[in-house]
Order: sequence, then C-alpha cells, then structure tokens
Amino acid sequence: MTRSKRIAGTIAHRSAILVYIVVALFPLYWLLKVSVTPNDLLYSEGVRLWPSHASVDHYLFVLKHSDFPRFFQNSVIVSGSTAFIVTILASCAGYALSRFAFRGKYWIVILMLLTQMFPLVMLIAPIFKMLSPLGLTNSLTGLVIVYVAFNVPFATFLMQSFFDGIPKDLEEAAMIDGATRFRAFSQIILPLTLPGIAATLGFVFTAAWSELLFALMLISSSGVSTFPVGLLSFVSKFSVDFGQMMAAGVLALIPACLFFLFIQRYLVQGLTAGAVKG
Amino acid sequence: MTTVAQHARLPSDHRPFLRRLATASEPWLYSAPALILIVAVMLVPLALGLSYAFRDVRLLNPFSGGFVGLQHFETLASDKNFARALKNTLFWAGASVFFQFTFGLILALLLDRPFRGRALAQALVFLPWAVPSFLSGLNWAWLFNPVVGPLPHWLTALGIFDAPTNLLSDPQNAMWGPIIANIWWGIPFFAITLLAALQAIPRDLYEAAAIDGANAFQRFWSITLPFLAPTIAITVLLRTVWISNFADLIIVMTKGGPADRTQIVASYIFTQAFRRLDFGYASAIALVLLLLLMAYSLLIVLLRQTMLRRA
Repeated sequence: MTRSKRIAGTIAHRSAILVYIVVALFPLYWLLKVSVTPNDLLYSEGVRLWPSHASVDHYLFVLKHSDFPRFFQNSVIVSGSTAFIVTILASCAGYALSRFAFRGKYWIVILMLLTQMFPLVMLIAPIFKMLSPLGLTNSLTGLVIVYVAFNVPFATFLMQSFFDGIPKDLEEAAMIDGATRFRAFSQIILPLTLPGIAATLGFVFTAAWSELLFALMLISSSGVSTFPVGLLSFVSKFSVDFGQMMAAGVLALIPACLFFLFIQRYLVQGLTAGAVKG
Repeated sequence: MTTVAQHARLPSDHRPFLRRLATASEPWLYSAPALILIVAVMLVPLALGLSYAFRDVRLLNPFSGGFVGLQHFETLASDKNFARALKNTLFWAGASVFFQFTFGLILALLLDRPFRGRALAQALVFLPWAVPSFLSGLNWAWLFNPVVGPLPHWLTALGIFDAPTNLLSDPQNAMWGPIIANIWWGIPFFAITLLAALQAIPRDLYEAAAIDGANAFQRFWSITLPFLAPTIAITVLLRTVWISNFADLIIVMTKGGPADRTQIVASYIFTQAFRRLDFGYASAIALVLLLLLMAYSLLIVLLRQTMLRRA
C-alpha cells in the first residue's frame, strides 16, 4: 500500500469515528443547551449552538419549586431497593445454578429463559388487577415487587456466570474445615464476586430507573410518582416550559451516566451477556 | 462433580433421614425466593392475562368479568386500527433493526482497528445506550419540535422540508420520528455485541490472508462475515422480537398518533389497557401478538435448520 493511500485511509477512518461521536452526543448536548438558555433567548436565538448568555435559573426552579426532587427521591428509593433485593435473590439463585447438580435445575433455567421471551406489556392488565385489591397500586412497594420479579431472571444468569469463574476448591476446603455451606458461600465466595455484585447492582438500578410503562399504569398520584412518570405528566401539563423540562431531563440523566462511566470499561470484554438483553 | 451426587450413589446411606433431606433441598432453598417471586409476579399474571382474552374485563364496569368466548377475537378481526398497528409494527421493527444493525456493524468495524484515543471514542459513541428510553424519546421529540429543536430548521435549509414543521405531526412520515430515536438509541447495542464477536476472531487469519494477497474487501467477505454470522443471526432475531414489543419511545413521542399512524401492536395494547381500561380486549391483542412472535421465532429456527442441512 502506498503511503498517500494509507494516510487517506486513516483520515477517512478518523472522520467516520468523529461523525459517530457527533451524532451520539448531539441530542444530549442540545438538552443541556436548552436547559441553560434563559426563556427570553429561547425563541429569539432559535438554532444557535450556544446561547449568548447562559443561566442556571431553570435548574434552580426545578429543584426549589417543583415536584421533581420528590420524583427523584421516589426513583432512587424504588431503583435502589430493587437493585438491592434483586442482587440478594439472584446471588442465592445464581449460586444454586452454579454449584449444585440437582433434579429440576433444567426446568429452573427453562422457566427463567421463558420469562425473557414473552412481551411484558401482556402483564400490565393482570398485574394491575392483582395488585389493586392488595393496596399495592399507587405504592412504591408494589412497584419494587414488580421490578424485582422482572429483573431477577437476568440477574441470576449474570451472577451464575460470575460464580462459575470462581474455583470450587475454595468452599470445599472451608466445608472440610467444618464450615456450613451457607457460611462458606456468604463469607468466602460472595466477597470474591464483589465486582460481579457491583455490575449486577448497576444493571438492575439502571433498568428500574428507566422503566416507564408499568410505572405509568400502577402509579396515578404524584406523591409516589417515579421520575419517568413525573417528567411525562409535567410535559403534558406544562408543555411550554422547555427550559425547565430539559433541566429536569438532564437531572434524570445523571445517575444513568454515572453508572455508564463505571461500567463501560467492561462492556465489550465481559458483559456481552448483559448487552444481549438491551 | 459434587459431593451430593456421590453420596446419593452410595449403596447404603447411613446418614439420618433429616440430614439427607437437608442436603437434597439445599439448592432449592437457595433458589426458592427468586422462583416464588417469578411464579407469583410473572407466571400467574401471564395465565390470568390469557384467561382475560376470553372474558369481558373492564376496570370501570363492576359487572364485567363474564366469559365471552371468542368475541374479542371477532372484534379484533374487523378492527382496522389493529390491522394498521400490525403493519406499523412490521415497518417499525424492520426499519429500526435494519439501520441499527447496519450502522452498528460499521461502528464495530471502525472501533476494531486500534488507534490513539480509542477508549475515549468508544465511551462517547456508546453513551446513548445508557440514556433511559423515556428520556431519549423526549429528547428526540424536542429535537423534532420546531420551537426548540434545530432539526426542522436544518431540514428546511437542506430542502427536505418545505417549511420547518414537526415531523411527529405529519401523518405520512411520523413513524420515522420514533424510528430515528430508536436507531440512535440502539446502534451501541449492536456495536457492542458485534465488536465483542470481532475481537474473538484470531488475528493470524487476517495476516495469512494478507500474505496471500487478499484485499480488504475479500478479507471482510471470507473471514469476518463467516465468523460474525452466528452472532448476527442470533442478535438480529432476538432484537427484532424485542423491538416489536418495545413501545416506550412511541408512547413518549407520539402516543400512537397522529390518527394512529404510529401505533404499533405493543403500544395499542398499552393504550387499550391504560387509557380505555379494557383489560379483556388488551389481553386478546396481547395473545395474538404472542402467537405471532412465537410463529416468527419458529420460522427462523426452521429456516436455520434447512440451511444447515443444505450446507
């Protein structure tokens, strides 16, 4: 290959990458831009790439005079408890799948795969009907129960793959020394899977943070709205206040981006299984 | 493999009955909490939902709940909105998967080549993957809005639009709005999966091919593609099913409108349950969707087997 041809190839390659970066970031950039544009400049400066002066007024308003802090808090409670409970249940179930050969294991795997196949939108009506006499609609607890069940199968497979990577000799040695299996599991194996536990916590937290349809169906009072529900009702009520909506949008983006920064190193190497689910 | 299995095979087990029971039930104790929850919150509602499809279940009518046989399905057969939603689902899933896959493959190939700053570039292009779906929907709805978004003005400047109008309120082309948002959001997924598969291809194959004089296109065609084929097949299949069921973007961006032009089957089910509170009819549509998706998966599996047999 001649030198000039190689340079042309490199330039084409870098520009293609640049195009991808611009397309990926532009919508988020615009969100940020409108959120710091004062209202009087919003219409006069139309498609300018940055307002002639920026302000944080929209953020201050959203934080002080709207329900968003409560929505944010509700979402943190729901996503946090979901992630915490799912990780405990999935660690136990994943451990069982990884360490025991037992009758019925095959059926457990089939059952969990099945739950990943059918459209969850099918469950919206029956789950509403089941939860409503129990007083679990319009309640954060009800939402947590539903989210935990939806996320446990995938998290179990994820945890199983982490347990599979840890040699069995470790807990067998501990059990020969007289420890019960549960003690070996909780005091030797679990600490070794901490990175896996962190990844599972992160995945489930993000999934619960983003969930929209079941939250819309199960929650109708704004006191227990999660962030997506609150933002959507805000949009349909005050659809002219773009600056405030986008400031709220940027706030909703923060937890997701933090998680992403933390996880993105592992994305391509180890967590293809996680990516397959979306 | 495990001590449990070895013990079980011993001719006479002198351990007390309770100890043996404890050993046998151990894996079940570990998995029981997860299993009970899955059965109670997923399988029971699934069965209940299937029964709703044959019953009259309307939330606002306390006298509903009776068995109506196939009545919902008869209504469905002549429901023009459902027929349109089916057609829209094909377009939605087909266009989304096609563009997500094409751009995702190109991105994976670009990132597979080492260059300075690759880690940073990778982090930036994968960022949309982390954006919650409701937020990407809102974000794109705002970008298409002529009041705050630049896209209508730019498209007008390019001569694609006659005037800066909102794409999402144009009945002819509104579907492209959620599709574009979906492409933006889904490219990283395909790129991540395909990049992982690309990096598993042994490098010496390319070196050997280069020594034999194969050009870049020949190397792609006879090494890269065959190695990627299984990953491509499985991701495209799973993703098509997943996107057919994915209603978030549509519900956030257009709510199925204007005039049901962007309604897909999944969003139609949600609308029936959420707005009209007609759980029976919603469940009947859901049952049909389930059957169609199962038929699609079966078709792909059969197709694959015939192709394997021929090869």
